[in-house]
Amino acid sequence: MTEHVLEVDDLHTTFSTPRGLMRAVDGVSLTLGAGETLGVVGESGSGKSVLGRTIMGLISNNANTEVTGSVRIAGQDVHEMKPGARRKLWGPEVAMVFQDPMTSLNPVKKVGVHITEALRLHLGLNRKDATERAVDLLRQVFIPEPVRRMKQYPHELSGGMRQRVVIAMALACDPKLLIADEPTTALDVTVQKQILDLLATLASERNMATILVSHDLGAVAGRTDRVAVMYGGRTVETSSTSRVFANPRHPYSEALIASIPQLRDAPHTVLRAIEGAPPNMLNPPTGCRFAPRCRFAQDRCREEEPLLRDLGERDVVHRGACHFPLEIAYEGVS
Amino acid sequence: MAGSGTAHMRTAAERVLVVDDMVVEFPVGRKQVVHAVSGMNLDLLPGETLGILGESGCGKSSAGRAVMQMPKPTSGRVSLGKRELTGLKVRELRGARARMQMIMQDPISSLNPRRKVRDLVAEGLAIWGYDGDDKDASIRETLEAVGLDPDVVWDRRPHELSGGQCQRVCIARALMMNPDVLICDEPVSSLDVSVQAQILNLLERTKENYDLSMIFIAHDVSVVKNISDRVMVLYLGKTCEVLPSGGLQDEALHPYTRMLISSIPGEEARAETPESPHDEVEVPLSASATELPSPLNPPSGCRFRTRCPLATDLCAAEEPVMREVGAGHFLACHHVAVPDGDAPRLTVLSDEENVAG
Repeated sequence: MTEHVLEVDDLHTTFSTPRGLMRAVDGVSLTLGAGETLGVVGESGSGKSVLGRTIMGLISNNANTEVTGSVRIAGQDVHEMKPGARRKLWGPEVAMVFQDPMTSLNPVKKVGVHITEALRLHLGLNRKDATERAVDLLRQVFIPEPVRRMKQYPHELSGGMRQRVVIAMALACDPKLLIADEPTTALDVTVQKQILDLLATLASERNMATILVSHDLGAVAGRTDRVAVMYGGRTVETSSTSRVFANPRHPYSEALIASIPQLRDAPHTVLRAIEGAPPNMLNPPTGCRFAPRCRFAQDRCREEEPLLRDLGERDVVHRGACHFPLEIAYEGVS
Repeated sequence: MAGSGTAHMRTAAERVLVVDDMVVEFPVGRKQVVHAVSGMNLDLLPGETLGILGESGCGKSSAGRAVMQMPKPTSGRVSLGKRELTGLKVRELRGARARMQMIMQDPISSLNPRRKVRDLVAEGLAIWGYDGDDKDASIRETLEAVGLDPDVVWDRRPHELSGGQCQRVCIARALMMNPDVLICDEPVSSLDVSVQAQILNLLERTKENYDLSMIFIAHDVSVVKNISDRVMVLYLGKTCEVLPSGGLQDEALHPYTRMLISSIPGEEARAETPESPHDEVEVPLSASATELPSPLNPPSGCRFRTRCPLATDLCAAEEPVMREVGAGHFLACHHVAVPDGDAPRLTVLSDEENVAG
């Protein structure tokens, strides 16, 4: 664990739009060791997807985009390297699973071609070996009749099957880091759990580090070691997953968890909604970005931006960006 | 399960909406037919919220739209109050249907992008030729009722509003017609969790204030439980189970309902706790890897049998019928036993029973 698979340091991704600069990711730092799973949660517009893509190097410096800070995968800075070198990283070092499995697959290419392409390019396998390996991969993601599926087109598969194919593609070159960006949002409820379980199993089998980006707190809760809660392009709270869910210290995390209807609650329970809307990232509020919606906001919150700091709990690292973090509720913390 | 029958229908005289043996089919060429809804029965009491639960492709949206008569169901009857809608001519239908309003899933695409909020909300009045002096006042009042500040949003167009605000405008539009029944088709599934809670609270409050009855269609078990009084679980166009929403977590018995509940992340462990009523049988009631069969050619007998861990030959041969297993709790499954004075439970039929049954 001394060697980190991923080190992100003070990452900023800024898009210049006709209406001004949009700071989609505004100073995020994180590290991930081999086999570790990190959940990134937040509402739409919190910057979680842009973070995933910037880590992957899919969003990089160009005319409209500025990336500052560093992303180091396997010790190399993704944004310093030439595009050709970055391409060599994709596959054996880092791979990504996107939200919509239909648009991640080429509709005029057969399933087999999608998987063997990466094997032949990155691993230099010949056609026969690549095909064998691809069938094996499809079997690993529990696709029935993998030999027949190899010859089918994406439209012949259901959504869940397609997402399995996308996962098989991502795993083809044995990446050390997998970034899953809302992998189950486009899928049905019953299929969602299968895909999440599959990702968890594969990650632990291969000792692969995983970043699970999701707006669904339930999906993240049981399947990650650590969680980072994002709001307005920043991490507002990060700790072990069980700690954040049992005892959130940032008012936003607490309100987000409280706003989800729970099956164990009685019907017609009034939900604790977070009033207002997420901040406009073209013109974020000064001070704490959550202050306009926060129940506990005071003058200091509106003036001075809180920094992510250690909240001083004895046994775990629990960091939060709040001037007035919520009290530790000792009961219920395991 | 996924059976037929009318056992769950009530006889109270004041039912606001009665749907009787409704069938929705769509021809798709080559003489093939999509069986979206096959023989659905439901009724709605004043002030009641009925939640319709199921995964995509189960026919829940088709059912909601067919109740609205857009398009009309292939067969069956839909009565709103004393009026039957299925037999009406288009012109008469328009008048009758105004008492029933619908809220769609995607709030942004269900609003005309070129119109202002005040026109969008007043559209129903405009269609009915109402132009009284109090028109603006009633628009303002309705906007306030859905939590929008009329002075702020009055002249805005949908692109200037967030998804949650657009959904509030949709609710205001529906309320302007002073409906008896509100049909909500996945009204919160495109919204963020923090906004979802706002809209759910708003719908709950609106229902009280405007004396509405509601049909709430969604795929999220917890959301449906939160807002409903009664829940109906659909699978491939057939009703599996109808029960009071309070019993959803602990009393739901249908293998499909249990499967839906066990697919909620974080619920898997609870679904298998020994206190639950189905601990009599050791069956893995988790999501099965098989997929939803094609609605072009639904399985014989119980439509869920291809994914059901309890399925036997009986399930293929005979369609289960809705029957009462508890107070207000009905389900269609061959594998539910109701012992005298004991809670109903799932059973695995032995081969002999199977043949005899």
